[in-house]
Amino acid sequence: MPSPNNTKGQSTLRNLDWFTLFIFVALVVMGWMSVCGASYDFEQGTRLLDFSSRSGMQMVWILSSFVLGAIIMCVDDRLVESLSYIIYIGFLALLFVTPMIAHDIKGSLSWIKIGSFSIQPAEFAKFATALCLAKVISTFNLDLSRWRDLIICSILVFLPMGLIIMQKETGSALVYLAFFFMFYREGMIGSILFAGAAAVFYFVVGVRYAEVPLWEIPQISMGEFLVLAGIHVFSACMMWVYTSLRKPFFQTLLFGSFAYVLAVLYARYIIPFNACWVQWIVLAVTIGYLFYLSVREQLLAYALIALFAIGSTGFFYSVNYVLNDVLQPHQQVRIRVLLGLEDDPKGAGYNVIQAKIAIGSGGLHGKGFLNGTQTKLKYVPEQDTDFIFCTVGEEQGFVGSALVLTVFLVFILRLIYLAERQPLRFGRVFGYCVLSIFLFHVFINVGMVLGLTPVIGIPLPFFSYGGSSLWGFTILLFVFLRIDAARNRMQH
Amino acid sequence: MKKKYELGKRKYVMASIACVIIFTYILRLFSLQLLSEDYKQNADSNAFLKHILFPARGAITDRNGKLLVYNQPAYDVMVVMREQVGVDTMDLCHTLGITPEWYKRRMDEIRDPRRNPGYSRYTQQLFMSQLSAEEFSTFREKLFCYPGFYIQKRSIRQYSYPYAAHVLGDVGEVGPKDIERDDYYKSGDYIGKLGIERQYERQLRGEKGVEILLRDSRGRIKGRYQDGKFDQPPVPGKNLTLSIDVELQALGERLMTGKKGGIVAIEPSTGEILCMVSSPTYDPRMMVGRQRGTNNNLLSRNPHKPLLNRAIMGQYPPGSTFKTTQALTFLQEGIVTPQTLFPCSMGFRFKGLTVGCHAHAAPIPLVPSLATSCNSYYCWGLFQMFSNRNKYSTVQDAMTRWKDYMVSMGFGYALGVDLPGEKRGMIPNAPYYDKAYRGSWNGLTVISISIGQGEVNATPLQIANLGATIANRGWFITPHVVKDIQDEDLDSLYTKRRYTMADAANYEYVVQGMRQAVLAGTCHAANSPHYEVCGKTGTAQNPHGQDHSAFMGFAPMNDPKIAICVYVENGIWGATFGVPIGSLMMEQYLTGGLSPESEEKAKSFEERHLISVDNAIAK
Repeated sequence: MPSPNNTKGQSTLRNLDWFTLFIFVALVVMGWMSVCGASYDFEQGTRLLDFSSRSGMQMVWILSSFVLGAIIMCVDDRLVESLSYIIYIGFLALLFVTPMIAHDIKGSLSWIKIGSFSIQPAEFAKFATALCLAKVISTFNLDLSRWRDLIICSILVFLPMGLIIMQKETGSALVYLAFFFMFYREGMIGSILFAGAAAVFYFVVGVRYAEVPLWEIPQISMGEFLVLAGIHVFSACMMWVYTSLRKPFFQTLLFGSFAYVLAVLYARYIIPFNACWVQWIVLAVTIGYLFYLSVREQLLAYALIALFAIGSTGFFYSVNYVLNDVLQPHQQVRIRVLLGLEDDPKGAGYNVIQAKIAIGSGGLHGKGFLNGTQTKLKYVPEQDTDFIFCTVGEEQGFVGSALVLTVFLVFILRLIYLAERQPLRFGRVFGYCVLSIFLFHVFINVGMVLGLTPVIGIPLPFFSYGGSSLWGFTILLFVFLRIDAARNRMQH
Repeated sequence: MKKKYELGKRKYVMASIACVIIFTYILRLFSLQLLSEDYKQNADSNAFLKHILFPARGAITDRNGKLLVYNQPAYDVMVVMREQVGVDTMDLCHTLGITPEWYKRRMDEIRDPRRNPGYSRYTQQLFMSQLSAEEFSTFREKLFCYPGFYIQKRSIRQYSYPYAAHVLGDVGEVGPKDIERDDYYKSGDYIGKLGIERQYERQLRGEKGVEILLRDSRGRIKGRYQDGKFDQPPVPGKNLTLSIDVELQALGERLMTGKKGGIVAIEPSTGEILCMVSSPTYDPRMMVGRQRGTNNNLLSRNPHKPLLNRAIMGQYPPGSTFKTTQALTFLQEGIVTPQTLFPCSMGFRFKGLTVGCHAHAAPIPLVPSLATSCNSYYCWGLFQMFSNRNKYSTVQDAMTRWKDYMVSMGFGYALGVDLPGEKRGMIPNAPYYDKAYRGSWNGLTVISISIGQGEVNATPLQIANLGATIANRGWFITPHVVKDIQDEDLDSLYTKRRYTMADAANYEYVVQGMRQAVLAGTCHAANSPHYEVCGKTGTAQNPHGQDHSAFMGFAPMNDPKIAICVYVENGIWGATFGVPIGSLMMEQYLTGGLSPESEEKAKSFEERHLISVDNAIAK
């Protein structure tokens, strides 16, 4: 009879998901190479492992994160689970005091100095929140399709989020929205996710492209046109999803696109005018048609879709109104900067343009390890933290950066698989929390570098330089792997 | 149970969201990295500093190998704003000889991103350009007192002689148009502005080299790209040898002091221009360095227009020098024979029209008519030609034929000298008179063209070239000032003979006439015991004032080495200025110097001023 301890150790190793671990190591290694590339200085030459250099320090963080992972593997997962509330409350308290004891780094009050190291509690609070949510949902068997349960969970999310906003780290705070993916998996009705996505789309597209003319026609605002077209397409799609009649769907979509294209062509080639007027008329007709269908087919869905369209239009114009007419100019600027819509120390979109130049110059194969000129010569801001993906794009080219993205995709899909195989709800919820956070980080960070999403300063997992973020992600991943390794215990 | 199943399906929704995001990003990467070249080029100009290495501009020597134009180092004062702190401004201004106001204004200019688009606090900015040698040496001694100030070496043009400013031209900063026309030039580069500096810009400038440096976003240099693997050394400009004889040029400029006009001397056998004087002139050294702008303004505002190269841009009536072309035309067309006599009773009188002449024996044949410069002879000749309906069906036909002769002798069109701005002169043609006289005109109407007056205009270069064609008995090579280009052949334009429409035999009569003019006619003063001079005076009526004095000639008669045209505005008789100046020039060139008597004569001409010489153009 082997001793209990021995059994436990062996089964943990045997049940550990080596595949995920392998991806983790691969990502960390690629990340380290990128930090080398980003912080390499032509004048200094190669001193990649010198601890005074960024790459040397990152190596320290990486090795310590391996140790951290190994320690987590030795801790009993049930201990972690039982400490959930304490950890959560402890971190809330830490987040609360952080702005008071933090020293100001570029206007951010999120760093606490311990000895010669600085740590960012916000990076670890994600783990605490995920743990707490998993504990609450599994203990009380919450049903997130019920409003009461959803509100309870939302409060658990919004508490740390609010505290982080007080540290002037809006980017890190927005990451907490990732938990809504998990809510969706755990039963939250899909419309909320969809409505949220639609609202973000209206807001971001509408505000960012408000001043951009469509197809060089000065009368048409690209933002307004795209948002109205979006409302139309969303409404049509909802007809496809929520009703069974196909003919009205095609009618709406075809009639709408035909009218829009015609209006834009007319404005472009005959008399320039604001084609959005045509969109209003078409939307009004569509809404009327939806109400008519609702009565004719005796189906509430049509009416709800019509309300969605009305609500969307109302939301878009009221946001515009508030932003342009109610708020003071400096407040408008602050909101635009917070959302990454305006971020220009050197003129409009400097960072994003430099990032695109760096990536674009990489070509198919890239310039090779340590050969990137854009990133090393410090054209790209935050080149080894938030804009680290530029280095990948410049030095490894399309092949390398597509490979990195693919590895991230495989990583996330693997985590979905792991989460789904959990016998206990605690494990699954925690797993979804972890993968949602990773997905959100990759989505926003890479999207920002590619000029597709707003510039929100959050790190790329395992790539961006910094101990706090690497440790934060390591803890998230390894605690989940530890829980996963214990999944068979229930079956014994 | 159903609900449970549906929630389980949501993992697929999550997986699809992840897939859609990643695939969208990969597509975006594809378009950024593989479909667009723009970003790559952007990156190049961003991170690479192409440090330009300027080539040395070609040197210019005269036909005897005397160095005329060379390069001299000049020093620009550069400033790095970030390092320039705690400098004693007053002391600096004192050392550089500038006022504190100028210093302040210049610093503001440098900082103004609109006026100085490439401004960076980290890189050298031009503070003051082209310090003179003395300024440089005092400044260098104290340079350690001024942190952030640097000296950058540049080379500027320097001239050994104060002569031939119009031929040599000058060099200045490129203008926006030059940059537009040729992308070799970047703002701040130098380009030839006038004269051969401009005409031979391509040969003189050489090729710029480049050193590729890496720099960061603040403009600081981070080292050489791949250890200079892609650097290109500059190719120095080619040296030019001019056909100008600087001693002859110097004498010409001396003799023309205080007079307006030009002298052009050509070696008939090669078309090489031996001297090209335009007066008033200026010292080419005025157009160098920081005072170039001021001096250029001063010269361009001068009422005597010293910047105008009268030798190729001044268009004057050629006067009697033009009679040689008429004699050739009449002989070649068979209007006259060498024996044909024309009357002269103090001029040409016909149907109430009178063209005056001076007293001489009459009637006379061709050779003496040239020697005495008889107006009447040429009026009769032209009248007979233009009235000859056996040969020409209309007066227009005759006119066209006449014009073709003139053009073949180098008039009416720019000759193609290798200097910018050459004027074409004026030879009227039939349509011109049809328009002017509404179709009703005849030989009498246009009679004054036969004596080089009226509508006829020519540049001194064209008149000198006429001398060369007569010296060659019927051909010329396009006149040019550059004799040799280092490692390059001359344009074939400057080596090919161009024949006129008159035969060599007919030229002999004209040569005789011009020889007689020197021996016993209007050009007596040009006679020399050492070589046989042929010449023709010209006294061109000038509606705006005193007649112009002209001389065209060549020597020696039977092995011509020099053909010359002297044209002095308002110089009254051809014999007053034209002949003596021409004769001194020939003596200088053919004997290599002036005899003591000639030197005396030269001095007296140097001091005879027709215009006041002001400070701007005094050397």
